[in-house]
Amino acid sequence: MKSFLKKLTSNQIFIPCAALLLLALFNLIADPSFFKVTLDHNSNGDPVLNGFLITILDNGSELAILAIGMTLVTAASGGQDISVGAGIAIAGSVILRVLCGSNPRPDSLQTSLIVAFIIAILVSMAFSAFNGILVAYFKIQPMVATLILFTAGRSIAAWINKNQLPIISTSCDKTFGYWGTYIPGIPIPTPVFIAAISVIIIMLVLKFTNLKLYTQAVGINPKSSRLNGLNPELIKVIAFVILGICVAICGLIKVSRFQTINYSVVAKDIEMDAILAVALGGNALSGGKFNMWGSIIGAYVIQFLTTTLYKFNVSADALPAYKAVVVIMLVVTSAPVVREKLSKIFKKKAKAASKSEGGAAA
Amino acid sequence: MQDEAILKMRGICKFFPGVRALDGVDFTLCRGDIHALMGENGAGKSTLIKVLTGVYPKDEGEITLEDKVVSIRSPQDAQNAGISTVYQEITLCPNLSVAENMYIGRTKGKLMNWKKMNKEADKLLQSLDIPAKANQQLSSCSIAVQQMVAIARAVDMECKVLILDEPTSSLDENEVEKLFRLMRDLKAKGVGIIFVTHFLDQVYEVCDKITVLRDGKLVGEYVIEDLPRVQLVSKMLGKDLDDMSDIKSEASVYDGEGAGENVLECEKLCSNAGIKPFNFHIKKGEVNGFTGLLGSGRSECVRAIFGADHVIGGTVKKNGKTIKISKPIHAMKNGIAYLPEDRKIDGIVADLSVRENIILALQVMKGFFKPFTKAQANEFADKYIKLLGIKTASADTPIKSLSGGNQQKCILARWLLTHPEYLILDEPTRGIDIGTKIDIQKLVLQLASEGMSVTFISSETDEMLRTCSRLIVMRDRKVVGELSGDELTQNMVMNTIAGGEAQQ
Repeated sequence: MKSFLKKLTSNQIFIPCAALLLLALFNLIADPSFFKVTLDHNSNGDPVLNGFLITILDNGSELAILAIGMTLVTAASGGQDISVGAGIAIAGSVILRVLCGSNPRPDSLQTSLIVAFIIAILVSMAFSAFNGILVAYFKIQPMVATLILFTAGRSIAAWINKNQLPIISTSCDKTFGYWGTYIPGIPIPTPVFIAAISVIIIMLVLKFTNLKLYTQAVGINPKSSRLNGLNPELIKVIAFVILGICVAICGLIKVSRFQTINYSVVAKDIEMDAILAVALGGNALSGGKFNMWGSIIGAYVIQFLTTTLYKFNVSADALPAYKAVVVIMLVVTSAPVVREKLSKIFKKKAKAASKSEGGAAA
Repeated sequence: MQDEAILKMRGICKFFPGVRALDGVDFTLCRGDIHALMGENGAGKSTLIKVLTGVYPKDEGEITLEDKVVSIRSPQDAQNAGISTVYQEITLCPNLSVAENMYIGRTKGKLMNWKKMNKEADKLLQSLDIPAKANQQLSSCSIAVQQMVAIARAVDMECKVLILDEPTSSLDENEVEKLFRLMRDLKAKGVGIIFVTHFLDQVYEVCDKITVLRDGKLVGEYVIEDLPRVQLVSKMLGKDLDDMSDIKSEASVYDGEGAGENVLECEKLCSNAGIKPFNFHIKKGEVNGFTGLLGSGRSECVRAIFGADHVIGGTVKKNGKTIKISKPIHAMKNGIAYLPEDRKIDGIVADLSVRENIILALQVMKGFFKPFTKAQANEFADKYIKLLGIKTASADTPIKSLSGGNQQKCILARWLLTHPEYLILDEPTRGIDIGTKIDIQKLVLQLASEGMSVTFISSETDEMLRTCSRLIVMRDRKVVGELSGDELTQNMVMNTIAGGEAQQ
């Protein structure tokens, strides 16, 4: 039993899971109705599930998808990509540009969504490959390298659509909104499925390829990796390109949710949340070993926290401050130094307890 | 004065999960003594040093410094108590100046008078006869000088106890001699020096006393005159060992298919690491070696063969066919394996497990889309852990928590697992205890007798003489000679290194 507990607490995903449970417990005590999920009908008469849990799953999708790519980039390069928010703006803008052509209020779509999406993925991959090449071949620190797109990305996104804000109304195409909201007849939001599929795909990739071994080896010791036949630079670029794919998927979800785009606001500050998700998952931001589940759960912890705060009517302005407090607590408790200290205290207590027990028996 | 103990450690115990790293160890250091701390890898030398310097807290025992019980909880405590350490790896800041390195962390929050600091540093460097300037950037000094600067820093802190943890492993003979002179100076000033090393010669050259540890326990403390080498080795190993015996003549020579044919031929091979183009060949089942002083280009030669450095000219033939090697993966695919010189930087992937470290090379050769199953990986790892006698808690243990010798065995396992035709071992025995050294030497000869070709590089000439049947001698980044058969004597090697004629 004791060894089981120890195994559990020493597991990397223990902290994010515990955080999730604590948040759930807090809500359960404060207001059990938090967990109520009801089946309603939306304005079109289609069945939809309503409730805070659904909101968390729905709104956490983009973050979870980004966390996948961010984990790989962190592991391989020992740094983070801070341009993903801008990248989402670009990807979304590309999708709208391809679908709408030059007319920002189209009556019908110019091409099918799949074509637009593929083009967005390619553009997004190209931009992230640019980031990756700066990092891998020019040895620029990831945060500095991606600062370029962080700064320029939203302007590029606006430029792609000539500074117009295209709107794809439901009268133009009904199905476009399905990706960010609901498919008629299915009461669960579509982004939840997209996130689930992304997670399944990355788990399969990690299982059936050497992606994990290679990125970890490169992240820990690039010199030694090279002497073992790996190409550290290429693997870093690949990690960035995978993040690029994640960014394009998020772009699709975002534009589909709003059926339009606001270049300066869409996915704002999401890069910080994505990095935080990786950290909350117990992954070292200096790269090397990683745990993908940790990051994904970390992403939902952040969303859970945000939604909880909204529920308690914390105003949007004050939200970051509250969030920061909770994040500090989480990050400190998951820091190795603190964990070591805690486990020592536990050990001492256990020792004292067994001693006093022994004394009583004697 | 001579026998006055300044440092006493009594009954020191240190436990790691599942291991007793130190078990009731006593250690006494007298004023003005150079005291060798000897033992195999994993015997507990480093742990004892780390307990003494406050890196690890001790679990039991007592440390007295000049008859006062002290509690040392951090390296800072140790420093304040007058215990200074110079580690094997330089722990100074290469991008600061020599003087800054000597005074860093010691200003006690006061403002620093840079001019005065430089002046004092220069004075100290001069008095210790260290060839460095105070305002010189540390990284521009040679490794030996950097090490001496570290010692000067320790001296200036008026240390009573100076710990030198394998300071000589990256120094050449001249530099070692300089270091020893410095050590003797300090000894005359009454500093107690603890000297950790694997080089028996050096122990007998400078030390007064020897304390031997084995498996975390104290074997004994000896005055150097009373302990001949053979006995020291047997004390370290815990058994009598015929370590000086001629292992080469015992090994059988490979005479199977393709014996005597060249496995690899290089012509005018040249890399961007600054070596002159060289010719090289190796036969099937042969063990040869590159020898020469440190920095003579022996590692660069094998790195060029493996494609580790950028090859800029020359041809390589494998079994008579011309091949192109521009990246390590090309060499690996052609059955060449390379155990690099610097285990920490080029060898291990520190945070990964022993298992992952062992399978890494083979896995990379197999390809991105074909990962080994967990069962397969475990089988490989277990096989080689057993075969090479790697001491590890499990295959899941991160390799960084193993001792140096066992890490080296893991890297060796990694390359043996790829079943290479041609194995390059660059300093496989550096920083490794005698027992493991002989294991590795025997293994090399055994592999050769089974038809593997091996190139062996070592700083210790007698190790080379015992394993290699042909030596390529290098000087100033050039091949200057080749020795085989009767020419393989210490004298001949020295002569060739010193003044052999250039090849053609």
